[in-house]
Amino acid sequence: MAQPGPTAVDRSPDDASGDPVPDRIHARPVPRPGRWISAAVLLVLAAMAVNGLVTNEKFRWDVVWLYLRDVNVVRGVGWTLVLTFGSMVIAIVLAVLLAVMRRSDNPVMTAVSWFYIWFFRGTPIYTQLVFWGLLGVLYPRLSLGVPFGPEFFTFRTQDVITAFWAAMLGLALNEAAYLAEIVRAGLGSVDRGQAEAARALGMKDGKILTRVVLPQAMRVIVPPTGNETISMLKTTSLVLAVPFTLDLTFATNAIGNRTFLPIPLLMVAAIWYLLITSVLMVGQYYIERYYGRGFGDSTPARRRGGGPGGRRGGRGKPSKQALIAASRTTKDDPFLEVTP
Amino acid sequence: MSATTDAPSGPTTDATPMVQVDGLHKMFGDLHVLRGVDLEVPRGSVCVVLGPSGSGKSTLLRCVNELEEITGGRVHVDGELMGYREVTRNGRTRLNRLHPKVVARQRARIGMVFQRFNLFPHMTALENVMEAPVQVRGLRRSAARARATELLERVGLSDRAGHYPAQLSGGQQQRVAIARALAMDPELMLFDEPTSALDPELVGEVLAVMRDLARSGMTMMVVTHEIGFAREVADTVVFMDEGVIVERGTPEQVLGNPQHERTKGFLAHVL
Repeated sequence: MAQPGPTAVDRSPDDASGDPVPDRIHARPVPRPGRWISAAVLLVLAAMAVNGLVTNEKFRWDVVWLYLRDVNVVRGVGWTLVLTFGSMVIAIVLAVLLAVMRRSDNPVMTAVSWFYIWFFRGTPIYTQLVFWGLLGVLYPRLSLGVPFGPEFFTFRTQDVITAFWAAMLGLALNEAAYLAEIVRAGLGSVDRGQAEAARALGMKDGKILTRVVLPQAMRVIVPPTGNETISMLKTTSLVLAVPFTLDLTFATNAIGNRTFLPIPLLMVAAIWYLLITSVLMVGQYYIERYYGRGFGDSTPARRRGGGPGGRRGGRGKPSKQALIAASRTTKDDPFLEVTP
Repeated sequence: MSATTDAPSGPTTDATPMVQVDGLHKMFGDLHVLRGVDLEVPRGSVCVVLGPSGSGKSTLLRCVNELEEITGGRVHVDGELMGYREVTRNGRTRLNRLHPKVVARQRARIGMVFQRFNLFPHMTALENVMEAPVQVRGLRRSAARARATELLERVGLSDRAGHYPAQLSGGQQQRVAIARALAMDPELMLFDEPTSALDPELVGEVLAVMRDLARSGMTMMVVTHEIGFAREVADTVVFMDEGVIVERGTPEQVLGNPQHERTKGFLAHVL
C-alpha cells in the first residue's frame, strides 16, 4: 500500500508454485566433458584391477576364504590386538610423563626427555625390536642395586622379559616417543591464561595439569592418538624381529610357507588388517567428531550448536567438546607430528 | 633499590595495610617494566590504578599475587612478605625463596579477575566456582556447591549455573569469574582490566557487581580505564607511567585536578 506505482508488478510469492523467489533462475550448467572422460578412464582402470584380482587363479580365493577363519589365524588376530592396545596403553602413560618432563623447569628432566625422544624416534623400530629380543644375551642377569655398588635383587633376563614382553615393550617405548610429541603439542595448545587463572586460585602444578590443562589438551591429543593406534596395528607385524611368533603376520606367513601358498595367506593377513583398520577408522571418525576436529571443519559449535542432528541430539544441547572448542582456549592448528 | 627491611612481620592489626609495596622493580630480560613502585592499600579500601598501556599497571597487579617473580623490592599482603622469607644471619638479612606450596597458599588468599575471564571452558559456571574450594581447600563437594550457588546468586547468575562459559555472554563470564575468585574467601581482590574485553553494553553489569563488592568492604586493586567507576568507587587513584607512580590521591585530586603533565594528557584522551 505504501508504494503503489506503475512498477508494482505482481511479484507476490504466493504464485501457484509457492516459491518465495520470483523468477527463480534455472540455468544450464557449464559443460565439463573432462569430468566425464576422467571418470570413465578411472572406472575402466578399476575394472581392470578387479578383473586381475578375481580371474587370476594364483590368488586362490578358495584358500583365502578357508584360512581367513583358521584357528591359528584368528588367534594371531587376537595377539595382534593385544600387542596393539597393550603397547598403546603403556606408550600413552609414558608419553604424558615424557611431555610433562619436557616442559619441566628441571634441566635434567628436560634433557632426559629430549634424549629419549631423540633416540627412540631416531632409530628404526625393527632395530629396537631386535635389540629387545637380544637383551637376554646382552644382559643375562638383571639386577636392582646401586650403580657400581651392591646389588639387591637379581633376575634372569629371560624369565622377566619373555618374547611377548620384549615385543610389547619394544613397541611401547618406540611409540611413546612419538606420542610424547603429540602430548606436548596438546599441552602447548592450551591458552596460558588457563594455567594462570588456576595458579591465581592457589592450585598447585599437579592439579593445574590434571584438572585444567590436560582435559582441554585432549581435544588436540586424542585424534592423532587414534591415528597412531591404527599405525601401531600394522607395526605389530614387525615383532618377528624379537622374535615373537604368535601375531597375525607370523601366523599367516608360517601357514603360507608350510602349504607353499604364500600369496593367498598374504591376502588373508591383508584382509584381516584392513578389517581391523576399518573398525578403528569408524572409532577414529567418532573420536574426531566428538573432539570437534573433523576433516576441514573447525567450527563444530556452529555446526552442532543446538541444531538437529547434534551429537547429543534431541534436546538440542551442543556437545561439551564443541563448547570447549567454541571458547577458543585451545589453538585449532598446533603443529602435529605425523608418523609415516 | 630501596628495600625496606623494617616492614611489618608481626601479628597483623587493622592498621596494617592490606597491600604494601616497597621499592618494587620488575624486569623482563632487559626490559625494565617497574622502576621502583611504592604503594599502600589500606584494609577495606579500593585502589584504582590508571595509566597508558605499557605503563606497568598489569605487571604491578601480577607482582602482588606473585604471578610474576619480582626483581627487586618487597611486597607484603596482610603483613606477610610474599614469595620470600627473610633470614637474618650474622646480622645480615637475605631472602630465601618460599616453597611453591607455600606460595600457592599465599595466592589462594588473593582473588584475581582477568581481562580475558579465563574461565575453565570444560566446566559449567557452577563447577568453575566450586573448583578451587574443592581442589585447594579440600572442601566437601556438597558444601562447595552450596557456597557456589550462593555466590552465583550474588553476581546475579543463579539461573546460569549449569551453563558452560561458551554459552554465556562476556559480561556473564566475567561475573562468573568474579564469583570464582570470591569462592576462596579472599582478603584482597585484584582486577586486571576486567571490562576491557567486553562489549560496551555489557560493561555496566560487571561494574555493578564490583561496586557491590567494594561496598561490602572488600579490599580491591583495580586496573581499569573506566574513569567513571574510579570517580565513584575508588578511595585512592594512582596514575602510573613508564613503570613508576606519577601521581596519587583521592579521585577528586587525581581526576578533578591533576598536577602532572602526563596525567593531564592521559585524562584528556580518556575523558
